[in-house]
Amino acid sequence: MMKLKMLGVMGLVALLGACESTTETAQTGGGNVVTGPRPGSQEDLIASAGSDRVFFDFDQSSIRGDQRPTLEKQAGWMQRNAAVTVQVEGHADERGTREYNLALGQRRANAARDVLVASGVAGARISTISYGKDRPAALGSNEEAWAQNRRAVTVVR
Amino acid sequence: MSPMDLPLLSRRAALFGGTALALPPLTLLPLGKLARAQSSVVDITRARTDPIPIALPDFAGAGDAGRYGRDIMRVIANNLRNSGLFRPVERAAYIQSAEAAAQTPRFQDWRVIGAQALVTGRVQDQGGQLRVEFRLWDVLPEAQLEGTLLSAATANWRRIGHLISDVIYERLLGEKGYFDTRVVYVSETGPRDRRVRRLAIMDQDGENHRFLTDGTFQVLTPRFHPNAQQIAFMSYFRNEPRVYLFNLESGRQEVLGNFRGMTLSPRFSPDGRSVILSSTRGGDANLYVVDLASRRERQLTSGGGLDVSPCYSPDGQQIVFNSDRGGDQQLYVMDAGGGNVRRISFGSGRYATPVWSPRGDLIAFTRFGRGGFAIGVMRPDGSGERILSEGWQMEGPTFAPNGRVMMYYRESPARDSRGNGYSARIASIDIAGFNERQVVTPTDATDPAWSPLLA
Repeated sequence: MMKLKMLGVMGLVALLGACESTTETAQTGGGNVVTGPRPGSQEDLIASAGSDRVFFDFDQSSIRGDQRPTLEKQAGWMQRNAAVTVQVEGHADERGTREYNLALGQRRANAARDVLVASGVAGARISTISYGKDRPAALGSNEEAWAQNRRAVTVVR
Repeated sequence: MSPMDLPLLSRRAALFGGTALALPPLTLLPLGKLARAQSSVVDITRARTDPIPIALPDFAGAGDAGRYGRDIMRVIANNLRNSGLFRPVERAAYIQSAEAAAQTPRFQDWRVIGAQALVTGRVQDQGGQLRVEFRLWDVLPEAQLEGTLLSAATANWRRIGHLISDVIYERLLGEKGYFDTRVVYVSETGPRDRRVRRLAIMDQDGENHRFLTDGTFQVLTPRFHPNAQQIAFMSYFRNEPRVYLFNLESGRQEVLGNFRGMTLSPRFSPDGRSVILSSTRGGDANLYVVDLASRRERQLTSGGGLDVSPCYSPDGQQIVFNSDRGGDQQLYVMDAGGGNVRRISFGSGRYATPVWSPRGDLIAFTRFGRGGFAIGVMRPDGSGERILSEGWQMEGPTFAPNGRVMMYYRESPARDSRGNGYSARIASIDIAGFNERQVVTPTDATDPAWSPLLA
């Protein structure tokens, strides 16, 4: 149950495909028992790589040393789930102008994609998109929220 | 309301074509009184002028025509007051009746209540068609400055008010007005992580508000074509962020160009024949110009860096844009062909969203840094920087067609982690840095773009 709760928090991300259940259940005498995320799902990616996202410093698009292992684990998961394709979404915090942040988000998505490719994932399996500052994950107007919003999110398609 | 329900601009133009006639002066006035009273022309390039006291009695008219007369005058009074350059005289002080003034102004009655200018007129309702005659008077020399007859379908009564406002503005200030214009912007509703964004259009004074898109896909950064019948904007249709064209007459939308990456920050060239935009490839964003007839694209900038927010000078010879090629966001100017790039912003902080004034003499921008955000102007060579307004967050200036007023949008921060307290609203300001006011919109509003004069 602990594991599920944690997934719920991570699930703050507006997951594009989140409307359908991605958790496999098995019928037992007592009712539904969770056996783990469905292989190849967003939840499976998060459980396997620790996170579906990496974070950036202000106005930066280089992958921080502390974020790189997350992407490498995501790449490993993609190699184990060869049928999966993903879209990397690049985002910026609200402290900037809209058009520049669209381009910055694209550059961040690209930087994350480059690490996935360098870790052995075929480029054709990864598309990118930028939402700039216009789809924040955290809704506050403070440094804590901004740090969560400067991100690239790997989304299973 | 669907885009198809929009009144056609070309049809409007036809309605007005040839119907704004110069009125013969009233026969009871000696011809000598028609001398143009240059004393009333105020130099509006001065930093700040005392607003001109102006008397605005309702246009006379019987029955329905009288109601239109009152409503049209309300539009005019609102326009003039909001410009910050006119002060409508308190109506309770009027001595002469509107009806009598429409016959023959008794100038001493208007002089003693402090009016420097007087507007009179009469409305006739000719079965679905309004016929409005209006006269502008200079009270001290007792001279008619302007006499105009306008006719239009009753549904267009607001435009009559805007056209008359522009005549008054131009005649008294010596410079074209900006009232017969519209503003397209992005209407925003819902929580910020699931924001619904729709293109919306309204008259410059906030009236005749309509939505152009229904919110099923995100839209950003609309800009007017120089003939005001077409809009370029960015859309996330099919989850592919691209620049689109939107035809206001037909409601038709089409993607512009054949770019593999995202396209963003479109702006029409001053001759309306091409669109300049930014396109991303790899980690870079470069500027391209797309010819609208051939749809051929030509790359203008290259190399590392994010080049966005391009805008032509009004003569089409130069382009100002935003780039982080030097390390952080600054403003650069280059020749229209892409050569001779030079940086023009050197103040403290980052600079963004440059727009060239229709007069050509100024570039407006967003500046931001530790101290917050600001909207300012500088000369095209980067000198003479002036900050007009500051705030927690604001961006995206757009000029009125006469270059005298700007709109932009201003945001307020969230108070808590759920985003409560956040808002985004359009504001307008005189480029001399006074008369900042909020533009009333039914929802949160961002990315305003001011149209050219419609007539």
